[in-house]
Formats: sequence, structure tokens, C-alpha cells
Amino acid sequence: MVKRADGVSGYWFPQAAIVVVISAYPEHCRQPNATQKNPDKTKRHPLMPELVVLWTDALIFLLIALVLLFGRLTASREHLRAPWRTVARSRMGMGALVVLSVYVLIGVMDSVHYKPLLPEAERTAEVTHSNEVQSLLDYLLTPLREQQEKTYSAPLATHLYSKENIEQADGQMVRDYPRLKYGGAHLQDPQQEWAADVAWTAIIGAQEALLAWLSVTGIITFWLACRAGRSFFQQCQLILYSRTEVPWRVIFIVLGIILLAAFTAANLGVKYHLLGTDKVGEDVLYQTLKSVRTGLVIGTLTTLIMLPAAILMGIMAGYFRGWVDDVIQYIYTTLSSIPGVLLIAAAILMLHVYMNNHADEFASLVERADLRLLFLCIILGITSWTGLCRLLRGETLKLRELDYVQAAQAFGVSHFTIIIRHILPNVLHIVMITVVLDFSGLVLAEAVLSYVNIGVDPTMNSWGNMINSARLEMAREPIVWWSLVAALIFMFTLVLAANLFSDAVRDAFDPRLRGGS
Amino acid sequence: MSDVLLRIKNLKTWLGTGAAPVRAIDGIDLEIKKGETFALLGESGCGKSMTALSIMRLLPPVGRIVDGSIHLGETSLLDLPENRMRNERGGRMGMIFQEPMTSLNPVLTVGAQIAEAVCIHDADPQQNIKARVVELLRAVGIPDPEQRFGEYPHQLSGGMKQRVMIAMALAGRPQLLIADEPTTALDVTIQAQVLALMKQLQQESGMAILLITHDLGVVAEVADRVAVMYAGQIVETAPCKAFFQTPRHPYSRKLFHSIPGRDKRNERLAVIEGTVPPLDQAFSGCRFADRCDVVMPICRHQIPQWDQYTEGQGVRCHLQGDAEATVEPPASVKKHAVAAVENSPPTPLLSVSDLKVYFPIHKGIFKRVVGHVRAVDGVSLEIPVGQTLAVVGESGCGKTTVGKAILQLIKPTAGQVRFDCDELTQLRGEALRRRRADLQIIFQDPMASMNPRMLVHNIIEEGMLAQGIGGQAAERRIRIEQLLEQVGLSALAADRYPHEFSGGQRQRICVARALAVEPRLIICDEPTSALDVSVQAQILNLLQGLQQQLGLSYLFITHDIAVVAYLAHEVAVMYLGRIVERGTVAEVLDDPQHPYTQALLSAVPVVEPAGRRKRIYLQGDMPSPANPPTGCHFHPRCPQAMDRCQKSYPKAIALSGTRSVSCLLYGTEDPASEESWKRDL
Repeated sequence: MVKRADGVSGYWFPQAAIVVVISAYPEHCRQPNATQKNPDKTKRHPLMPELVVLWTDALIFLLIALVLLFGRLTASREHLRAPWRTVARSRMGMGALVVLSVYVLIGVMDSVHYKPLLPEAERTAEVTHSNEVQSLLDYLLTPLREQQEKTYSAPLATHLYSKENIEQADGQMVRDYPRLKYGGAHLQDPQQEWAADVAWTAIIGAQEALLAWLSVTGIITFWLACRAGRSFFQQCQLILYSRTEVPWRVIFIVLGIILLAAFTAANLGVKYHLLGTDKVGEDVLYQTLKSVRTGLVIGTLTTLIMLPAAILMGIMAGYFRGWVDDVIQYIYTTLSSIPGVLLIAAAILMLHVYMNNHADEFASLVERADLRLLFLCIILGITSWTGLCRLLRGETLKLRELDYVQAAQAFGVSHFTIIIRHILPNVLHIVMITVVLDFSGLVLAEAVLSYVNIGVDPTMNSWGNMINSARLEMAREPIVWWSLVAALIFMFTLVLAANLFSDAVRDAFDPRLRGGS
Repeated sequence: MSDVLLRIKNLKTWLGTGAAPVRAIDGIDLEIKKGETFALLGESGCGKSMTALSIMRLLPPVGRIVDGSIHLGETSLLDLPENRMRNERGGRMGMIFQEPMTSLNPVLTVGAQIAEAVCIHDADPQQNIKARVVELLRAVGIPDPEQRFGEYPHQLSGGMKQRVMIAMALAGRPQLLIADEPTTALDVTIQAQVLALMKQLQQESGMAILLITHDLGVVAEVADRVAVMYAGQIVETAPCKAFFQTPRHPYSRKLFHSIPGRDKRNERLAVIEGTVPPLDQAFSGCRFADRCDVVMPICRHQIPQWDQYTEGQGVRCHLQGDAEATVEPPASVKKHAVAAVENSPPTPLLSVSDLKVYFPIHKGIFKRVVGHVRAVDGVSLEIPVGQTLAVVGESGCGKTTVGKAILQLIKPTAGQVRFDCDELTQLRGEALRRRRADLQIIFQDPMASMNPRMLVHNIIEEGMLAQGIGGQAAERRIRIEQLLEQVGLSALAADRYPHEFSGGQRQRICVARALAVEPRLIICDEPTSALDVSVQAQILNLLQGLQQQLGLSYLFITHDIAVVAYLAHEVAVMYLGRIVERGTVAEVLDDPQHPYTQALLSAVPVVEPAGRRKRIYLQGDMPSPANPPTGCHFHPRCPQAMDRCQKSYPKAIALSGTRSVSCLLYGTEDPASEESWKRDL
């Protein structure tokens, strides 16, 4: 890692800057340790896995809490509920939302971290938990995680991708493609049985998917029928002919496709490596699924971090004008004239140096990578709040001249109350549109930054890192294509769904479009 | 009849599809003869503009003509293919719109935009297009047309832009000019210019004009025949004179009664209760039945037929225009005597002296101040307890700024605002906040003056919370319901959002909001100019009633002389940031002394022919307050200007105990005072 830092820029930046960073972040770095090293907790529940809350985990749960809070607020206000109802009626929007929820589900499962118990035999009085931090997703994907091969293998392959010297039973050395340790290990004669076995496994998966789909849609239809006071059959007909207000037919179709893909993948994934393995023999499907969390964290936490600054500064500049406006405008024009990549590179490299010098403060690699991820979010947030800030300033300039703001001033209402009560609710639609539109851009930005080595930690699973490693794999003969393709498919699906969803949201919230329809 | 130019038969235009389309026009018949001015009169939302757009076949995408025929001369417009219809638009039919500011493309020169119309409809290869454009500009009375040809719309004033729009409409030498509220966005003096121009052009070219308006005064001034629209139907057609002598339909009569004026000062105005019914239903009776005073049982269940009883005169009513049934305002409404506040001893509640509000003009990289817009330039006024002072003037004269400066919403540059015993300009922080309860404001636009995201309850409560009055939540709730009932709304309104109310109801909520903090002075900033005349009457009645009950003082900012005559005790006339004349209503309106007041009053369209004054046409527009003319601000437009007027601003001269005027025509010349004015300037 030091080598990488050297390679990119050398240590040209002033020591003072590093000192600032170091002194500014010590608590941040220490706090996660405190939660883990808490001895009381482990003693009280000796047989439970020890929960680990990483920084980004905490922020994700904060975000979920905020979204739930906002949801409750929305439900009670008609003017907030109306645009969401429009979103709920949009076919494209709801289809995309189903896809997004699957991603979010994976991401949230991957955000519940814990230290598993050690096997009975290895436990001692002091050490009862493994030092390795796992997530709920890791637990579910245990077969994928543990079935590690030696090196590259193609998707669904039964043999390695490169020839090796194999010592046969008679002691003879043969140079051939060796059998995989796990992938298709149950087959006696791969050449004969492989095709039939794959097809049969896929069909079983499809059958399970059908069963799951029928039960899920059945339950939902039954619930809808109960709520509307119709018979189950009537409700089925309504959905089938797409006569319902919420486009349930589209939702069910998308759900069906996802379930089909998931069950087939699960069945095949246990027996084979569905998307192949990478250089060190790790399952690519496992990597891509683990990358989901990274993408989501970048896309959402960055916004969460930048929102307070953008909203506060934008509204302040527009509302107070005068010197406040001048200062804020100065800040954001200066910030947006610095190339964002340069700023990100400088910040990440400084963090890197700090981490290397204080390696003992990090309990695990996961924790270290997590901090780097958080820092990346912060830096991306710092470079990306200016756009929203500018929009909000313009809108506030318009709003503050409106009669109801003037009327509030004539009542002697304080500035703070005016901002909270009159300005903020009337600019929220802009915030909403920007947040949703920015998401896909940030997911893509992560990939680009990781590709140039200033993104997330190399030990962390992310689509950017997968694409980065594909740089060398594509140069091999024959080429190793599956890492790249797997990352691209998953990223493409997420970004496409996010874009479609954001279109639906924008159409619903944009007052100009609303007037037209 | 060969002299009929436009004939519309049973036209039906619906908006939207589905179960309940909005029947914007539900079977209208009308005929316009060559060379006549036909006025289509009605309140907003009754289908006037839809009629114009149907004739031009320019309906919005959701609109469609479902039945009827439109003939222009011998041509059936509804049967023409679109490419031939394009020739008719701007060819035989020209159209001008309400808003001249948005009807011109800001990135093209005026000349280019007119030339475009000329090229399409009047392309004569022998003729120089530019010469024709200049000719058109000259025809619409734009001075120096060669110069204007190359100018952009932002370099022209509102009146000039409307003239350019007329020039474009004239480019195709139309036989029919459709004018959709052509003067609503303009000031009265400019309105007078534009109306006179249209009349003159009509005489020169012999074209017919379909004038769409809501202003009875404008109709009385220019129209030959009138049709009154209500809820998508024409309810009355009559020659102009007959219409104003004896309106036949109860709706027309009510409209006349709801116009405010001097003669109705001491009575409540007649109001048309309720609102226009929604048009997405099929009617089984008279559309006006619910709001009609002389409603009969038959009106509820039988649709009245069109009743043509003389040439060009007809009415759609079961009473068949029976003159005996003339609607007299009900007795309870009529003589609601105003308490004799006019003679009460004038103890000034608010006194403003020499108020100045300058807005700096910044230029260059360093935003240096290069000058000031003198929005308000030395205004002094007094408002006694329980009285109304009206500030009258055209747009841009600074009247709204005066109101906001008094409230300290805009910091005055100089001058004193004394309220009760406090000098408002010196108050800061908490003291000013406490004082704000005494002064309140009602705005022009009832849509923009309430936060759309708040419930009516919260909107009214806001001021009480800020001022810390009204006690606990439950007590405030009771007070809010009282206030809503006081302004004539149901207490249930508290739990609804502003967009659920009509314009008039919203303005009532605004009044309730202002009353919530128990003010002593309310500044009314054109509170009725966004409302229809029948709704305006409701608000004016409410304001007058509240003044009598609560002893409120009003500073009434308006451009509508009729409202002033009805409501105000004193009047101050503003021109370019200064008050040029002030006095009691009787003094100023009956015997205006300042040439500007005289011109302003003469420009107001008046319904009764007897009430008309000799029209004084002002030339040009109001100068910019950033660069006012030297001497008297009014001298460049003044018909009685003298050499002296250019030299110094005239001092206010007291003509009587209550009135003063700033004009050199009056008072003795006082060289010393002139000198002092020069020094001041």
C-alpha cells in the first residue's frame, strides 16, 4: 500500500496538512474500537455473536431511521403524499423500485456486522469470538464464501482456467486443467454429466422460484382483495388486466424475474461457481453481491453528508442575501473550480498515510476499509454539494419575495422560523429530485475512482475494484472476462433502476410537469 | 345578411375526456357584423378566452370542439385543413393577447417579429418589407418607427409592446381582430391610449373587433354590441346603449350593482353570493339559479331557452328580461348606514414624513453604486384613527414601496414613520417585533400570500404565535374559528389547505390572518385587483364592515378609482415616488387640481355616460424612477407644462385645510422656495 502511495504522487504534500487531518479524526477512529473492546458485553452474553457497528453501518441505520421518519411525516400531510401517489402509479417507477428494494435488502443485510463465536474447541476463557468481522450476508452466502478455488475458473466450470502439473495416481506428471475443488465436484464424469446437471439444477431453481412467486403474489393479492372488499378472483382479474391504481401487474412481473434469477443462482451457486472465480479463486458472484453495499453506501451516505451543508448554505444565501450570500457564493464557486478528482486524490492519500502510521488503532481490516469508505463519502460530499446549494439559493431568492414570507415578516416571525416553516417545505421537492438523480451518478463515480486507485480500499469488495482488476485480466490470453461482465451487469441494473425511478420521482415532483399532465 | 362577418352557431368546446369533461363552452351563438366592436363580457372562468381560441382553432391539447360551426364570411373555419387555417390566422383574423410582456420573443428585434408576420400574410415582392413594417409601426402610433424597428422588446414599455402586438395583428390586414383582455395588464392612462388606438384603426380599416373583457367600463367606452357570458353560455346580447340602460338578465343587473362607486358609499355593495358552478356536469336548470335573487321554481329544473325579442337583443332567462322584475338590492343590504366617522376629530394614528426609499444601482465588477432608483422620494401622509387613506397611482409609482416601508419590511432610506408614539424607523429587534402586531398587510395576490403547504388554521395561528397572544392552543383554536366566522367563512375552513378555496375566500382568509393579531392599521395592497367584480364587492363590504366594528384604519393602495370613491376618506395621488395631490375623496375626485390627477381620472372608463369626463390623453409613459426628469416629474407629459416646470419641483401648496397640491399652476411664485428646492435636488 505504501508502494501505491509512492507511485501515485510521492510525499510532496506538506506535513502540516497531514497533522490537521490526524488531529481532526482521532475520535472517529477510536470509537469503533471502544464498542468492540467492551468486555462487559461479552461476559454478559457469552454465547451470542458479538455485534460490531462500523461507522458506515451506523450512518446507514441513521439514514433508514430518517427515511422512516420522513415517511411518517409524509403520510400525515396531503401535499407531501400527493406526489408520492403519482410515483406509486407510475409503471416504470414501481418496476424500478422493486429492483432497488432487492439491492437495498442485500445492502442492509451486509450492514449488520458481527464477530462470530469461535468453534467450541478453540474457545478459551478470554477469547470466545473470532477476530474476523462478518455480516449477515456473509452468513447467508457461507457456501459461496468458503468454497475457494486455487485461481481463475470460468462461470459454471468444473476445471481450472489454466493448465497445471497434476500428479496422477500412478505418480506420472501430466499437464492438464485440474478439477475444481468445489465447482462441480459432485460430478463423476464432468464431460458427460455437466450439461444435464446444470439444466436440471436450473429447472429445480425455476420451480422453487415459481412456488415462491405464487405464494408471495397470492398473499399480496389476498391482502389487496381484503382491503378493497373484493373477492380474490375479482382482484386477480383486476391485476391481470392492469386495472389497479398501483401497477401491481408490473410489480409482480419484475418480482417474478428477480425470484427466478435469485433461485436459479442460489441452486447453481452452491454446486458451481455461477460467475466463475477470480485470481485467488474467490467466487465472483460473492464479490459482486458484497459490492452492492459499497455502491449503495457511496450513493446514499454521500448525499446524507452533503445535504445539511447544501440546504443550510443554499437557503441562507438566498434568504439573507448581502454579505452572507457573497461569502457562500465565494465558497462554492471556489470549491467547484477545483478539479474534484484532484481534491479526492489528495484527501484519500493523506488518509492513507495516516492509516499506515497508526495501524495499531484499527482492530481489523474491515474496520480500516470502512473508514476509508466513509472518508470517500465525505470527500465526494464536499465536492458535490455545490450544485444543490446553487439550485436552492435561486429558489429561495424567489420564495423570499413571495407575499406569504413577507406576511410572516410583518407578523414579526423570527428568521429561523420563517426558514423552517415557509422556505424549507417549499424547496423540499428540489432536494428530493436532486438526491434521487445524484444517486446513480455517485455509484458510477465510485467505479471510476476505484479504477484509478483513489476509491475504496483495495481489500474491500466494490465494482470499481473488480473493474480495476479486470484491467490485467483482459490482457491475458485467453481473456478472463467474467469479473468485468459480472460487475457491469450488477452495476448497470442498479443504475438503470435508479435512473428510471428518479425519472418517475422528478415527473411527480416537478411543478411544471405536474401542471401539464 | 351579407354584412355578417363572423357567425358562430351552437359552438361547444369541451376540455378533457373521460367521465366528466369540462364543458367550457356549451352551445353559444353569436354574430359579428363588419366594422363593429363586439364585446364579450364575463367573469374569469366563464369561457371567454376559450371562445376566442376556438375561433382561431388554437385550443390547448386537452380541448376539442365537439359541435357547432364557425363561419368567417363564407368560409367554414372548422372544416378547413390545418394548412389553410394557418393562412386565416393572422390573415383574415388577427389576435392580440392579454400579456404584452410574454407575447413577444425577447431575443428578436421588434422589427423582425413584425416582418415575420408581414412575410407570411402580406408578401408583396414589389414592396419593401421594412417599409411596410415601419408603416405598421407608425399606424399604431409608435414614435420614431425607423429607430424602433431595430430595438428589442425589453427596450419598450408595456404600452409600446401592446402597440407592437397590435401592429403584428394588423400585418395581415385582418377583417376581424380578436382582442383578449388587451388592456388588463396596462395602467389606466395607457389603457386609454390603446383603446383609442383600436377605435381609430377600426375607423380607418373597417375591421371588426371581438373584444374580450371583464371590465364594464371598457365595454361602455368602446363596444357597439355586448354579449354577457356566464358558465359557458351567452346569457344576454344587446346593443351597448340598451344594455347599459336596462340590463335584462339578473346576472347583468347584479354585475352593475356590485360595481363600487361614490354614489354607493354609504351602503353595502350588492354581492353575487356563491361561485360559478363547476362546468363538468350536465345542467338540468338555469346555471345562475343558485346565485339568483329572483329565482323561481321553474329555474331549478328547466333550462331557459334563448329568447330573441328584438333585433340583436336577447336573453336566456325564464323571466324573459321582464323589466318589472328589476333587481333592487334587498332592503337589508341597501341602507347600511356608515357611522359618521368623517367628522370625527382627526387624531393621526400613523404619520409619515418625508419618507424616502432609494434602491442603489450597482454596476461594474466591483458593484459600485452608480445611482439610485428613487422608488419613494419624500412622501408625507397621515392616517387618523378609524379612517381610510387611499394611495392612488399607476404601476411603478412607488405606492407598494410606501406600504412596505411603513411596515419596515423595506428599510427606508430617510424619513420618519411615527405610529402612535413610537418612531418605527428607530425601533429594533424585540420592540419592533411587538409593534408589528399593530400594523398588518393584505396583499394583492391571494394565491401567493399563503403558504400552500400549511393548513388555514396554521396560517392564521402564525401571527398569534409570533406575537404570543391568544393563550393556549385550545383558546387560539376558538379565536381562529371566531375570526373565520367574522370574515364570513365556516369554522370548518380551519382544517383545509388554501388551494381548496376560491380567490375571494382566500382573500378572506388573508383578512382573518391580519385580524388575528388585533391590528389597528391594515395596509391593503391592491386587495381586490386580482378578483372578479362580484367577488371584489364581497371583500370591500367586509373591509368596510370591519372598519365600522373595530375602528380600524386602512392605508388602501390601489389603482382603481371606483374602489377609492367607495371606500376611502382621503386620497393621495402618487406620481413617480411623490405625492402630487392629496385631499378628501370629495375634493380630489370631484375637482382634481393637478394636471396628472385630472388626466388619471379622465382616463378611467366609466359605465354611465353621464359620469364621463372630457378625456385627457397623456403622451408617453411614466419615466424611470432611476432617472426622473428635472423639475416637476410630470412636465414631459403634462398638457399644461410651462417653462418653469422644467426648473424646479413644485412645493406642496395647501389649497384648504385638508388638501394640498404640488403644481406650479397654483399658489404664488416664491423664488426663495424654488431656490431651496434646487438645493434639495
